[in-house]
Amino acid sequence: MEHPILFISLILQGLGLPVPHTPIGHTLLEKLCAPYMTYTWMVMIFLVVVPRLTMGKLEMVPGSGQNFWEVTIGGLMDFFTENLGEKGAKMLFPMMATFFFYIILANMIGLIPGFMSPTSSLNITLAMTLIVWVTHHVLGFKYHGLKYYKHFMGPSKALAPFMFLLELISNFARMISLSMRLFGNILAKEVLLGVLFMLAGAFFAPLPILCLGVLVSVIQAVVFVLLSLLYCAGSMEHAH
Amino acid sequence: MDKLTLGLICIGAALSIGLAGFGAGIGMGNGLRGACDGVARNPEAKGAITTTMILGMALCESIAIYGLVIAFILLYANPFKAALGL
Repeated sequence: MEHPILFISLILQGLGLPVPHTPIGHTLLEKLCAPYMTYTWMVMIFLVVVPRLTMGKLEMVPGSGQNFWEVTIGGLMDFFTENLGEKGAKMLFPMMATFFFYIILANMIGLIPGFMSPTSSLNITLAMTLIVWVTHHVLGFKYHGLKYYKHFMGPSKALAPFMFLLELISNFARMISLSMRLFGNILAKEVLLGVLFMLAGAFFAPLPILCLGVLVSVIQAVVFVLLSLLYCAGSMEHAH
Repeated sequence: MDKLTLGLICIGAALSIGLAGFGAGIGMGNGLRGACDGVARNPEAKGAITTTMILGMALCESIAIYGLVIAFILLYANPFKAALGL
């Protein structure tokens, strides 16, 4: 599916850079100019610049900007502490909170005409999922050493070989389910908006889906972060 | 372009999202019933129940989304495009 109008792609084309018309370009420059890449850079710049501007200097009596960030970060920290405990939440907070802000902003940006959600590309979601997947195994090895294999052996010794196979499959299925869930939800939202706009755009047909899109964006960001937290918590606790 | 092949691909795509939506709808309905029961019995636990329900529903819904992804793959990025001569 190709988007009709994408501002950054139009600007890049005006500058003479090649913008691919297939999902992924052929040359390196085309790959770098693919819409999901450029919009990811845009979200990243937004996430770096806007907190700097809105937060200003930290004060004892917070203004409106600092208040917003305090509530957001504090709420996220409480949410993490509920699932991971005090120590684990402090360790994983920078990574997971970054994921949360990136995903929620990347989902929301697709609701504005002329922008697309970078998360509606499987490349982005799969990359994030791979990071989470590797992290939870690294955490497992860090906390349990080589005894981490006991997590895959199930409760009883007699059934261990079968359980090992099952656990291995379910572990690899995490990679598919986590990436496909985010990708499919956001792609569905984008495609539905496009189709409805083409069918009856003059009668505001996409309006209800836009409202639903806000809900889906938030829920999917929360679900992604919560599931990655649960995976990490599962590999950090003792084997049953 | 073979019209029969094209028609079969479209039917396959429609069936994949249709059947996935059927199952996911039943599952989500079950979850919602449980949540409603819980809230009716203990209105104070509304907040916790709502959070859990939304999370569970997102997980249920992802099954339907898998079907949707398969439908999109069949329609827009068919892996057997070259063999079918489309």
